[in-house]
Amino acid sequence: MSNPLLTVAGLGKRFGGFTALTDVNLIVAEGERLGLIGPNGSGKSTLVNCLCGTLRNDMGKVTFDGHALNGMSAHRRTRLGMARSFQLPRPFTTLTLAENIRVPILYAANVKTSGQAIDPRQRCEALLDMVGLLPKADLKPADLTQIEMRKLELARAMASDPRLLIADEAMAGLSHQEVDEILELLIKLNGQGVTIIMIEHIMRAVLAFSQRLVVLVAGRKIADGVPQDIIRQPDVVAAYLGS
Amino acid sequence: MRNAYFILAALAVAAVTFAVARSIDNAYVFFAGYVVLQYIVLATAWNILGGFCGYVNFGIAAFFALGAYTTVVLHKTMPFLPLPAMMLAGGVVSGLIGLGMGYLTLRLRGTFFSIATLAMAVVAQTMITNWNFVGGSRGAYIIRPADSPIFSGDYIQYLFVVMLALSVISVSLARAIQFSRLGFGFSAIRDDEGAAEASGVPTLKLKLIATALSGGLMGMAGAPLPYYVTYLDPASGFSLSYAVNTIAMPLIGGTATWLGPLIGAILLGTLQQVATVTISSALSLLLVGVLLVTFVIAAPKGIVGWFKK
Ligand SMILES: Nc1ncnc2c1ncn2[C@@H]1O[C@H](COP(=O)(O)OP(=O)(O)OP(=O)(O)O)[C@@H](O)[C@H]1O
Ligand SMILES: [Mg+2]
Repeated sequence: MSNPLLTVAGLGKRFGGFTALTDVNLIVAEGERLGLIGPNGSGKSTLVNCLCGTLRNDMGKVTFDGHALNGMSAHRRTRLGMARSFQLPRPFTTLTLAENIRVPILYAANVKTSGQAIDPRQRCEALLDMVGLLPKADLKPADLTQIEMRKLELARAMASDPRLLIADEAMAGLSHQEVDEILELLIKLNGQGVTIIMIEHIMRAVLAFSQRLVVLVAGRKIADGVPQDIIRQPDVVAAYLGS
Repeated sequence: MRNAYFILAALAVAAVTFAVARSIDNAYVFFAGYVVLQYIVLATAWNILGGFCGYVNFGIAAFFALGAYTTVVLHKTMPFLPLPAMMLAGGVVSGLIGLGMGYLTLRLRGTFFSIATLAMAVVAQTMITNWNFVGGSRGAYIIRPADSPIFSGDYIQYLFVVMLALSVISVSLARAIQFSRLGFGFSAIRDDEGAAEASGVPTLKLKLIATALSGGLMGMAGAPLPYYVTYLDPASGFSLSYAVNTIAMPLIGGTATWLGPLIGAILLGTLQQVATVTISSALSLLLVGVLLVTFVIAAPKGIVGWFKK
């Protein structure tokens, strides 16, 4: 594939005495669909937080689209084109769904230098429609089910018009059919040029989605390559099934 | 355009208010009305940071009193300045203090932020108390001019009009913010700062805008105070009742919109004025306490919240 969009070099993160991430190296190419897997507590969400600026990494370097990100605030990273969904949905609870989507449209999508300003209302409707929440546009997040909340989370991430989307377990708890819907959606977005990192425990979805698979175990990257090969690697199998 | 219409309507309401007050022809109406208007400004200003952004500021008295003391300084050094110019100066001083306070404390959340603002009020009061030029703990006397400089009537009517104008400005500003991009950013900060950042909202910058605006308006509300009371000492300028009232009014009216603080200030401010005259001023503070507790328990979204849904 083409140029690297995201480069992670020697990334490390500690919480007090606990080391959550150790020397993580990763290159994501423009347009790629990457699956990131690992057992519970292996550091996947922590990695996302370090990439997106929600947490500061203690060691290593992150480069996105040629920009060194170290020390950059989260909102500037979003404006550069990185978007993420939160594993536990974090909607703006006093705003309606439409207004939730409007925030990144106003503060990220319409701030980017390239391209002309989009009409917030139209874009907002299109995004809610995309995840099937348009009929609920004027409701508050409290009126949604957990599953709808995840869809809102995804729509809000997309609303910033990202070049890289990181979906942190967007499918957990969804039914078989809903998983397929979200999968289809993500693959469609990827077809439109959005690079996607998908974090997921549902193997069926990961395998259907990923062109490449990265495995984290206890804060270290233990595998990186073609999905079908990776899942047969003995250490990966051991990490998942317990050795 | 919507903003322009609103300002016109607000000006019309203000004009009617003044005309009605004039027709009653009793100086007390202006004395009492001034206090209610002052609280409209304070409550609205507080709500920009407290209601819109969710940062509860307990240091209201500091911003308010620093505006008032700016006037004391200017009255001694440049007595020829018109009151609106002094108010602007008071607004700038308190706005800058707000900016500084924001920069130092906005990394704190919740209760910690609130305590920091309270501490700042104590520091400001201590500094003023030890500053002899503005009278120190003895206080300062300011001679109130006899007549209004711009229309026929006494000076208290002029103070009333000035505060009426500031109310129109504050409420219009708060309303404009609520429906603007800035307002969406503030709401996002209030609900979830991390998610706001992830959505591209520059949270620190927006919070600084809010503290500066909020503090600046409070300073402007305090600037005419020396002419109103004619004797200002730190104990009265920094009085706790300003903070209590200013927080109670938006909570009772509703903090989510520009309308809540306005309703709360008119309702509670008027009630207090009536209670002060008819019974006692101690009762008026008790009234605030009782109403506040009632609302926090029975109607946490305030009066405005009642009518929605
Ligand atoms: N803010 C924090 N403070 C202290 N420890 C943390 C913090 N965030 C995460 N951790 C710890 O870091 C480790 C990695 O957590 P992380 O959430 O990144 O795992 P994960 O791979 O996303 O797991 P899951 O699949 O359950 O979502 C865990 O042991 C967790 O307890
Ligand atoms: Mg996780």
